Amino acid sequence: MATSVPFDPRVLKAPHPVPGAPDNWKRFFSFNTDAKVIGIQYMAVALLFLLVGGLLAMIMRGELITPPADLVDPTVYNGLYTMHGTVMLFLFLFPILNGFNNLLIPPMIGAPDMAFPRLNALAFWLFPLFGIILMASFFVPGGPSGSGWWAYPPVSTQNPLGHFINGQFLWILAVALSGVSSILGAINFITTILRMRAPGMGYFRLPIFCWTALAAQTIQLIGLPVLTGGAVMLLFDLSFGTSFFRPEGGGDPMLYQHFFWFYSHPAVYVMVLPVFGIFSELFPVYARKPLFGYKVVAIASFGITFLSLIVWVHHMFYSGTPQWMRNLFMVTTMLIAVPTGIKVFAWLGTLWRGRIRLSTPMLFCLGGLFNFIFAGITGIMLATVPVDIHVGNTYFVVGHFHYVIFCTITFGVFAGIYHWFPKFTGRMYYEGLGKLHFVLTFIGSTLNFLPMHWAGLMGMPRRVASYDPEFALANVLASLGAFLLGVATIPFILNIVSSWARGPKAGPNPWSAIGLEWLLPSPPPAENFEDDVPTVISGPYGYGLGQPLVEHQERYVARAKEA
Amino acid sequence: MTPSAPPARRFPIAALVLIAAALAADGAVSLWMARTSHHWLPVQASAAAPYVDDLFALETGIGSFIFLGCFAVMLWTLLFNRAPKYDMEDGDPIEGNLKLEITWTIIPLVIVMLIAIHAIRVSNTLATIGPKERVLGGEQALQVAEGATATGAAPAAADYGPIEVIARQWSWEFVYPDGTRSGELHLPVDRRVRFKLISMDVLHGFYVPAFRLKQDLIPGSVIDYSLVPTREGRYRLRDSMFSGGYFSTNQTDVVVESAGTFERWLADAARAPLQESPNAALQLWQARLAKGDKGWATVPPAPPPLVNVIHDPTAPHEG
Repeated sequence: MATSVPFDPRVLKAPHPVPGAPDNWKRFFSFNTDAKVIGIQYMAVALLFLLVGGLLAMIMRGELITPPADLVDPTVYNGLYTMHGTVMLFLFLFPILNGFNNLLIPPMIGAPDMAFPRLNALAFWLFPLFGIILMASFFVPGGPSGSGWWAYPPVSTQNPLGHFINGQFLWILAVALSGVSSILGAINFITTILRMRAPGMGYFRLPIFCWTALAAQTIQLIGLPVLTGGAVMLLFDLSFGTSFFRPEGGGDPMLYQHFFWFYSHPAVYVMVLPVFGIFSELFPVYARKPLFGYKVVAIASFGITFLSLIVWVHHMFYSGTPQWMRNLFMVTTMLIAVPTGIKVFAWLGTLWRGRIRLSTPMLFCLGGLFNFIFAGITGIMLATVPVDIHVGNTYFVVGHFHYVIFCTITFGVFAGIYHWFPKFTGRMYYEGLGKLHFVLTFIGSTLNFLPMHWAGLMGMPRRVASYDPEFALANVLASLGAFLLGVATIPFILNIVSSWARGPKAGPNPWSAIGLEWLLPSPPPAENFEDDVPTVISGPYGYGLGQPLVEHQERYVARAKEA
Repeated sequence: MTPSAPPARRFPIAALVLIAAALAADGAVSLWMARTSHHWLPVQASAAAPYVDDLFALETGIGSFIFLGCFAVMLWTLLFNRAPKYDMEDGDPIEGNLKLEITWTIIPLVIVMLIAIHAIRVSNTLATIGPKERVLGGEQALQVAEGATATGAAPAAADYGPIEVIARQWSWEFVYPDGTRSGELHLPVDRRVRFKLISMDVLHGFYVPAFRLKQDLIPGSVIDYSLVPTREGRYRLRDSMFSGGYFSTNQTDVVVESAGTFERWLADAARAPLQESPNAALQLWQARLAKGDKGWATVPPAPPPLVNVIHDPTAPHEG
């Protein structure tokens, strides 16, 4: 396809490859410093790992479709669920959201690239490295880590075979490298947003996606050093005989839980905040209305950031936590409902009296919002100490967090992929396949994750390879849903691959959306606006207000069309 | 009203009636959901269970009201605010409404704080978790627990116990104050029972769904715990904190009995000889070894404890 696009011969001398230039696919396999290339690299590798994680999930659901452990050995099941969680979090969600950060932040704020392009490329290339390390752990003697993605000691430090290189060792190494990569990314994203905005783009003219990226990456900078510290101590306990968490040496396994959750609870907000950003970008476009209460929505992101850092003990209500501490953390946890509620009501306010267009991205947004309201309510239930004492560590929690992580975050990710697909590939996706993908995903995820709540209320613990027969019905439904989700990826992959290869050409602004990225050609040139950065003169969601976003808007629109 | 004030927007009566009817319907359905929520839970077999279930029902009711309210708004916009095909017009350029935004900040704040205050009261009523004592591993934990029993750090007269709950990879053992050992947990009904929770190896969770209670057993700590069973019957006790290889097999039963039956059981048990309780993890492990030890790494199961009363895995349980 590359040769059919006319290009300026000067690009051959450009320091990095440019869309439309010959051989431009090779740049995706190189240490490229162009944020748009890195963004697509992140997304492509992350989507590959989505398939890996999904395959692991389907084997797990195959095991769980019947009460006894008959498909795989229980130890294999433990490895599968550990790796499923780890792959989905560290190899799918974090990287794909970094993909969005890379693709969207520079064009949205009118910057030519990231503040630290080389650091950016380094952060990306760590990702395949720790991905390979984690996948390699399937092939070491004893198999991969089977201690859950929490890796709580003492189970995680038992090392049954006694080898120095074991699944748990590689797991900790991969997670620590992932932390390093995320810290590098966070420094880069934060600096870019703070220092490289277009003239006139004050903080209250910043698109919400950038606000949420800033809020999320702040969590990364505060929380990740704690997790990485905890992981290093765990590695020392596992491999070098220290006793940070070993009671026999005077350590305490509870200490690890604090280190772990101090980061890993906020980590959920690192993932969900950018998706709130995607919702806030997309609802105005497809409802043709300004975002309801833009400033409050923007500030609420930092309300969530602050609260997310003081709630971690709610994962430890039944871990021997004294009553006063339970009460304190219950109150802080419940407060998160307030800034989150503000966002939900703002999206509903945006829909109200709009002119709604049900394209694929909008369907995923609406589905994601619907699911998120449900997840928020079960979240309040889990925050309530006496209820959590019953349903904590059961399938109720598994149902709840899959409603957050899949039915909200991944829905938002799909919405974002479809919405910005024409912008960054220059091609249109097929609406029919997109809608089919949405319908299958919505039915599959509901069937998969809704019955889990019921199993949990009845007392089915999470992480079991076998269970009592009274939980069979809920598990059969969940397994059927999981297989349907597997089927749902087929129209998605088909759509993305075939549209990118030979989809109809997309114009610079196929959705009539407002935003700096839509003033660029599709796909945008390597340096976005280069030296001619527009001056922003109004807020980001002026639908129906009839104000131009930037000075000389017609000139930018015309130029994008010519390109 | 001063003449310069903008004319007050008259709220149409029809809209008010519609909103009132929608709220009433929402309230009715939510009330029904709250009542139904009791059917999603196992039988109530402890003093804690009614409190937990009522709190859950309250949250189900409030949650349903909010969920349906939001869903109704979404449905309304999807039905009546759709853009016709090829219509590229924009919607009403409403940028916000400060009063509305303050309202939907304050109301959720009040709701969650009321729930939190109520939940703190319930937790204080249940008061299941006592102090914990730090030790260096399982052997010292056993000594501390036995010391507490022997030196007469006795509970209040009305209480029973303490019963030592000892968790291993993957078995449960219960030691009664008279030294009787059992593979299943027998408890007298309607009496506060005290426990010393001990783990010999890794984290475990003491979880009885019918009691609505769970508490982790932490290696390096002896945890005081107490609860009041209120209904006779046989219920599942499950390990709720992932404990490695054969975690899912680590379950036994709690048998709640009348005071008389419990005393007779304990007296009979004290005379019974010690024997190995059936252990599902050990059976699976031996089957695995027989098939050539295929599968991923795990520590071998700890030897099943010798007990006076074994657990019968085939006995039917409620909840």
